[in-house]
Formats: sequence, C-alpha cells, structure tokens
Amino acid sequence: MIVFRIDRRSGVATYLQLAHQVRQALRLGVLKPGDRLPTAKDVVEATAINPNTVLKAYRELEREGLVEPRPGQGTFVRRSLARPEAAVGSPLRTELTEWVVRARDAGLERADIAALTDAVLDEWFSSTQVSKQVKPPPEPSLPPHPSPQSMEEDT
Amino acid sequence: MTDPIAATALRATRLGRRFRKGWALRDCGFDLPAGRITALVGPNGAGKSTLFHLATGLLRPTEGEIRVFGADPVTAEARDRTAFLSQDKPLYTGFTVAETLRFGRELNRSWDAATAERVVRAGNIPLDARVGTLSQGQRTRIALALAFAKRPDLLLLDEPLADLDPLVRIEVMGLVMAEVADRGITVVMSSHVLSELENVCDHVLLLAHGGVRLQGDAQQLCEDHLRLTGLADPSRKGGLPSGLDGVDVVESSVTGRQLTALLRTDGRPVDACADDRWVTDIPSLEDLLLAYLRSAPAATPSSDKEAAA
Repeated sequence: MIVFRIDRRSGVATYLQLAHQVRQALRLGVLKPGDRLPTAKDVVEATAINPNTVLKAYRELEREGLVEPRPGQGTFVRRSLARPEAAVGSPLRTELTEWVVRARDAGLERADIAALTDAVLDEWFSSTQVSKQVKPPPEPSLPPHPSPQSMEEDT
Repeated sequence: MTDPIAATALRATRLGRRFRKGWALRDCGFDLPAGRITALVGPNGAGKSTLFHLATGLLRPTEGEIRVFGADPVTAEARDRTAFLSQDKPLYTGFTVAETLRFGRELNRSWDAATAERVVRAGNIPLDARVGTLSQGQRTRIALALAFAKRPDLLLLDEPLADLDPLVRIEVMGLVMAEVADRGITVVMSSHVLSELENVCDHVLLLAHGGVRLQGDAQQLCEDHLRLTGLADPSRKGGLPSGLDGVDVVESSVTGRQLTALLRTDGRPVDACADDRWVTDIPSLEDLLLAYLRSAPAATPSSDKEAAA
C-alpha cells in the first residue's frame, strides 16, 4: 500500500504529485505488479482533495501502462519500475547512503546536497537545458538531417 | 469537461432578497452542475449565507427564483435531497451523541443510521458523551454525521472549517470528500480560506455586492486568465501595454517600475503580451479568487447599482 502526501505549496498540480509518488513507489519496489492502489475514497479521506484529482492521476498512470483498472475491484499495478541495482541493500545504494552521510557531516544541508547531485546529474545526463556541461554525455542519436532536395520540394 | 447535458443541482434565476437594510442579493443568475464541488466565495456581507438560506427554503426570495434539482426549496422533494450545515453548527448541547442521532432520525423521512454511527465512531466519539462537552472538531463531525445520514444529493456547507485546527480541517474535509467519492453528491461550500479550496473545489461561484462576479469550472477559469508581470510602460496610463482593447483587466498595479496585472483573455492570445518584455502565466485558483475579491471592495449592496451588472 502507498500513502500519498500533498504538498500544497509546491505549485505542482496535485494529480501530477500523486502520479509521481506512484512512479516513485514502483521504482523503489514499494508497489509491485498485482498490488492494488488505494481507492479514490481512501485517498481523499486521508488527504482531503477532490476525488476527481485521484482519478485523473490514475488515468495518467494507466496511459503510461503502469496500472490498469479492473471494473468493480479497483486499480492494479501492471508493471514495476524497480531496478534491482537501486534496491535497499544494493551496493550502489549503500555507497550513496554513505556519501550522503559524509556530505551531511561535512555541514551540507538537504538543499545543498540536492543541488549538488542535480548538478552532477545534469553533467552526465542530457536534460532540456544543455548548458555548462563539463563532460558532455554521448550525443543521443539524432534523426538524419533532411536532404537539401527534400527541403526544396517543400518550398 | 463541460458536459452540455450535465444536470444542474442548484439554479438561480434573477434571484433577489431584500432585508430592511437593503438588498442582500440582487439579480443573481447561476447554474451549479451536479456532482461537482463548488466554492462559494465572497467578502463578508456579499450574500453567501443569504444564498444558503434561500437554497434551503429557510428564506424566501424577494424576487426571482432558486431551484434545487428543479424543485422549489420549500417542497418536500427538495428538502429530502438537501442537507445544510450552517456556520454555527446548531446542536443541542444538553443532548448526548446518541440522543442527537435519534433526534435526527425522528426529524427526517429518510435516515441512514449506519452511516451516522460510522462517521461518529470513526472519530472515536463516545455515544454517551454530552454534545456540550465535545470539541469544535467533534461537534463538526456530529453535524456532518447528521447531514450524511439524510443521504442528501446536495450538501451545503457554510464555512465548515471555521474554528477548526489544521489537523481537524483535513479530517473534516476528508470526510466530505470520501462521501463525494462514495456517492457522487454535489457540494457547495463557502470558505474564506482560499488555499484550502484549491485542492477541493472544481467549480467556482464568487459573489460581491450581492451579485455574481465570477462563476464557472475552476480549471477553465484559471486558463481563461493571464497573470502579467513586467516593466510598466511609463507613457501609458496605468503602465499597461497597448493593444489590450477588448481584454478585461481584472486588476493591475504598479510597484516601482514593475507592473502586475490579471487579465481575462478567455483563452485568446494577447499580442501585446507576447514579446519577451512581459512574463505571463496562468494564475492559480487562489490567485484568481484573490484578484477578484480585491477588485470588488466592500460596499453596501443597496447603494451599488453596478454590482448586479
């Protein structure tokens, strides 16, 4: 089961927050294929949001193929986003935990650590803003440029 | 998501109510769709409570009419389908909780005792406790238990969250939302706490000066408006960019060199704001409601003829 938190000050639409938290739970293995998502009634009773917001989030997840509604039973997880490499106890996660502890002991606040990891992630993964990259990641394969002839045909 | 055949839960036509001191509501027209959660917003004295009392038949209109699912609010048909929780949540403080529930059962033609008890028990309220000894939050829960036990199709809540602490606010709204999820009831609730309406309400009715100032689907209304920020144009009155003819300026103000304004564009692109000197974004519901409330300063309804326009 999963418990939703609503950040009313984040400026992120509430249904996107819910969908994000389900994806996060799928990634962490908190939710697994076959699990039932909480009903709209359960969610709104705990969070005091409009039931349609929950349904909208679930529809979004359904569109992504992550969950499926079963009439009269609820909404169920179809596939996982879990990566064993990221599971609790995995070497990568253990190393990261140790690193976070070191960063905290060095006096960095949560926001500092988040900014630092974001900066390093931006260096290694292309995002929408491809600026100030120290080591550019491998170029994603671009579609071939249209040939001059086809451009002339268009005009 | 405007469904043309969607039923109307509450409809007012040229609705007006006059008291000795003047008109509390005048020339109000609106359709509140069934199955939705409408925020009823307005400054004090805008006519919100009067509207609730007209919708429940506790007051009769001076002119015009109001209909609950097509029926006059004083008819048994309308009364059976409506539950109203007034601001002061009137309960008999000398009654125990169990006596209060029995009282509700005796007074109502349809009564779902199981629902009432479920709501009371979920709040861990002992049935033998006297209502007078309960906290505000517990009293609100009892009042909601009475309202839900009627199995209403239309639930009217006048400032349901006033006097409640933050945790109890979430608990109370959670109760109402669960009922909406369960039975698809229509809710109309008034509140001054605009930030709490944002995640709850999907429809808006804003009253000012005893008239309707804004109404519609919450999401659509936000998208129909534009928040504009930029360098004020010193050559123009009010600092607004040129080319805003036909665009309704809800509010605008200049602070130092900066202009901020809220425009009603109804989704049309506004060329004047397209260049990069201006930052435009879609306002949040709270932003939008605040702008409309600010642009409607308090006035006595009777002396304001424009209010109803």
